[in-house]
Parts: sequence; C-alpha cells; structure tokens
Amino acid sequence: MHDQTLTQLARALADGEVSSRELTQTLLGRIERLDGRLNSFISITQEQALAAADAADALRAKGQAGPLTGLPLALKDIFCTNGVKTSCGSKMLDNFIAPYDACVVEKLKAAGTVSLGKTNMDEFAMGSSNENSHYGPVKNPWDLDAVPGGSSGGSAAAVAAGLVPAAMGTDTGGSIRQPAAFCGITGLKPTYGRVSRYGIIAYASSLDQAGPMARTAEDCALLLGAIAGHDLRDSTSVARGVPDYRAELGESLSGLKIGLPREYFGDGLAPEVEQAVREAIKVYESLGASIHEVSLPHTHYAIPAYYVIAPAEASSNLSRFDGVRFGHRCDAPSDLIDLYKRSRDEGFGSEVKRRILIGTHTLSEGFFDAYYTQAQKVRRLIRQDFLDAFEEVDVLMGPASPTPAFDLGANKDPVSMYLQDIYTIAVNLAGIPGISVPAGFVGSRPVGLQILGPHFAESQLLNVAHQFQQATDWHQRRPALAEESA
Amino acid sequence: MALEPSDVMRAAHLARLAMNDVDAAGYVDDLGRILAMVDQLQEVDTHGVAPLAHPLDSTQRLRADEVTERDQRDHFQRVAPAVENGLYLVPRVVE
Repeated sequence: MHDQTLTQLARALADGEVSSRELTQTLLGRIERLDGRLNSFISITQEQALAAADAADALRAKGQAGPLTGLPLALKDIFCTNGVKTSCGSKMLDNFIAPYDACVVEKLKAAGTVSLGKTNMDEFAMGSSNENSHYGPVKNPWDLDAVPGGSSGGSAAAVAAGLVPAAMGTDTGGSIRQPAAFCGITGLKPTYGRVSRYGIIAYASSLDQAGPMARTAEDCALLLGAIAGHDLRDSTSVARGVPDYRAELGESLSGLKIGLPREYFGDGLAPEVEQAVREAIKVYESLGASIHEVSLPHTHYAIPAYYVIAPAEASSNLSRFDGVRFGHRCDAPSDLIDLYKRSRDEGFGSEVKRRILIGTHTLSEGFFDAYYTQAQKVRRLIRQDFLDAFEEVDVLMGPASPTPAFDLGANKDPVSMYLQDIYTIAVNLAGIPGISVPAGFVGSRPVGLQILGPHFAESQLLNVAHQFQQATDWHQRRPALAEESA
Repeated sequence: MALEPSDVMRAAHLARLAMNDVDAAGYVDDLGRILAMVDQLQEVDTHGVAPLAHPLDSTQRLRADEVTERDQRDHFQRVAPAVENGLYLVPRVVE
C-alpha cells in the first residue's frame, strides 16, 4: 500500500480493496516506525486523520465519494490548519494553534482527503536544506547523511519514504522543486496566482505559490485540480477557469519543441547531474520532441535580484510577529519596544533574522532605489528572457539543482547555500510554472529534471512530465528505508 | 556598499530585533557578503526598464465597501499571549 501512487490508491478505495481508515492506520504506523530517523513531521494529527478517514468511508458507503475522497496526504507546516499547531518551522509559532483553514486546506478537506499531519520545513520557508527548522533538520530517506532539500524538505522526505503518497508544499525560490529533486519525487510549482495564498504563512508574497509533491505527474495533476482556482481572499489569485489537468495527460509529444537554456548547463553544474539530464532529454527526442538551444541572458542576476526582493517582502510580512496578538512573547517586558524586540529576537532563528535585516537595510532611506527598485527592474528583464524563449519553444528543460543532495552541515556560508538555487529562483521571479521529475541518480542520491512552461501552461507541463514517466522508471525507485519491514 | 556594525544596529532597531554589539559584529560579515553578492545588480543596464512588482502585471481588484467578515474576536484572541476584556495587553505606553 505504502508504495502506491494516489491514482492507484484512489482505485483501490473505489474498488473496496481497502478503506480509508485501513490506509490511514497503515501510514500512521509507518510514520511512527520510520519518522524517528527522518524527522519529516512536526505534528502528527492522528485523531483528526482517523475521523476524516471514517467520514470519507461513510461518504463512499453512501455512493457520494469523489476522486480524492479518503486519500491520505500531509501538509507543510506553513498551511494554517484549523485547531492544529501551525509552526512554520519556527519557535515564534511553536504555541500557535491556527484559528482557521488556509484555502488549500479547505479545498483538500472539501475533496475528502485525509491529512495525517504537518511536515517539517525551513523556518518561515527560508532555506534550501531544511537545516533551518526550529524542530531540527530532516534527513534524506535515500541517504541519512544528506539533506532532503528545502524549504519543503519534510514533505519531500515523507513522500519519498512512503509515509504519505503526497504532500503539499510551497515554493518561493525552488522550495517544492529542489527538495522533490533531492528526494526523487515529482513536485510542481504552479503559475503565480493559480493557487490561493490565503492562510499560507507569508514569506515573499509576490513569489510564494503552493503546489503538490507526489510520486508521479499524474498525481500532481489530480491534486492541482483540487487546489487551484480563484479566491477573493487572495488579491493576487487569478480569476481563470481550472482545466481538468488529467485530460491532457495522453497527448503525444511529437513535434514538441524543447529549449535548453545555455546558462543552465554552464559552470557549477556537477558533470554527473548534467549527464543524467542529457540522458533524460534523449528520452524526449525518442518520444518525438525536437531540441533547441536557447538563452536566458539574465540568469546570472536572478539570485541577486531574489535576495533583494524576497528579504524586502519578508521584512514587511514578518513584522506581524510582534508578541502581542499571537506567537512567542518574551518574559517580563520593561516597555512596548522591549516587548517587540526581545519577543522577535527570541522567536526567530538566525537565517530569518539575517533576511529581515537584509530586507530592512535595502528598503531603508538612501538604499531603496539602488537595491529594491533596481532589483524590480532586473526582475522584468528576467521575466522577459522567459517570454522571449517561449516564443521559440514550448517548454524549457534543465537540471533542478546543480548538484544532488549535499551532506548535512556542508553549506555553512549563507551565500554558498543561496547559490544552490540558481536554476529555480528565476522561475518565481517570472511567475511561470515549473515541475521537477526524477531523472536518475548520482550514487544513491536522486537527480531532478526541471521542466518549465509559459504562464498557466500546467496542463502541458504535466503531460510532458507524464510522458517521461511512461517511458522511464526513475519515479518508481524507492529508497531502502521505505522498504524495511517492521 | 560596505556594511558597518552601525548599519546592522540601525536595521535591527528598525526591524524591532534586540541586538547587542557582539551580535551586530557577528552579522556584519554574513550580511556584508550577501550585499556584495547583491551588488552585482548594479552591472545591469536597466535604463528605460520599468520596475516589475508582480509577475502577471495585474492590478489590485476593488470590491464594494461592505462588511464581509463576522466578529470572531474571542476565537482569534484565544491564541494571544495576554488578553483581558477583549483587549490585547501590552506594557503601559502612556504614563
């Protein structure tokens, strides 16, 4: 059961081979047995999960089950979940019981899914290794010495280890795609505005986007259909119909034009990763696609632009944590300023403080134009690079990350950690969708192929990923840890 | 643009983060390297390029000025560190 896809489990539930309660209990048992070594969950919501599973089974008995009814999954601990601790990986919110559901959570509940718990993450989604969590680092199920990636590292590790068939993540600069790549699963960052941000604890509001992490593109299509759509409570949510993302999964790739950005195959790319990605591209050629070299000339400036824009937005968003209305409060404050300052100093970890300080500095008088305005102009040039490329080709392909998962503790310097996100960050600045699919290994550590498409081209992206998964079996590989018997 | 400890102390105060001189000295190095990386933006010719605030160029939607939320004060205040009679408690501000 634990190694099946959502699509397979949906069939098993529909055929009465298994009940949602049995499935939920099996997976809760696996979490209890295996997660001590991975640390992929912050909270396990056993009671609510079993109640939701029973409700799903009752609905099915009445003949009212939908395509997702009774399917188990997990939620990154950034999604507000009514009555459940929602920590965002931070000491600041260690005592925060969310008083409402995020839009994504509402929709998943309405679809009848069963959440088993909240997954570990880099604090406030700031990180690429899951080492910045107040609750400790997550281990990569393929190699316990390796990071799972971040910031949705708990979601990725939980899916890879067969603790859940799918999990929700968020992606501000690669936080779905890079951990999906590092853990050998499939992760989709939708177009900015496709999924409501309501109730997702904000990091950088012009970049944040939620998306599914699962074993296959087909499962991602199923989940995206459930969470996408217009929501008046998110002013940047886009009023645009939600297609049936599974409807296009059978399309042939004959005639598909694939662009390889020259800048994504340059210095810093590990040769073994490049080799795996080039092999994957050969598979696409055999499926009838044509390959074209393209250029995204401002690629080099994506990380600098991101590290102005994201910290600037973060410094504003995180000002809400004031020790007054919710979250951590220091002991015995002498006055209001002391209350703010010590509550925030005690509640935030060092990477979060670093980004708040960078954002505050670059937005302050005398620096605003040189940093923030300039970064926003460069952002336009970066987006234009993609728009120009999509005049020539249908999708872009390249590595999701320049290396496979690195060792825990390997990147002590913040700037060297930031540079790991070279292939994912520009995608958020441009707002386009991207997906990472398993495409091989370097030793025991997985490699992700990243596929990018124009705004709102999720159907096509999912089909392009799905066709690869019909022709290869990388997505079916499981880490040894997942197959250990009890 | 080199960063001084005084810049860090200023940003920390603006961001309402407690910081002593020792902490500030520790941040100068990291933040200085981040800003040096970010300074590469100055190489880009952005003459005539408009800033991009939002990837889809959409504009803020307006809605009718009507009450859409119901009062959930008690519910929301359950997660507050200190409340009394529906009010959030903070140290005395006005003597």
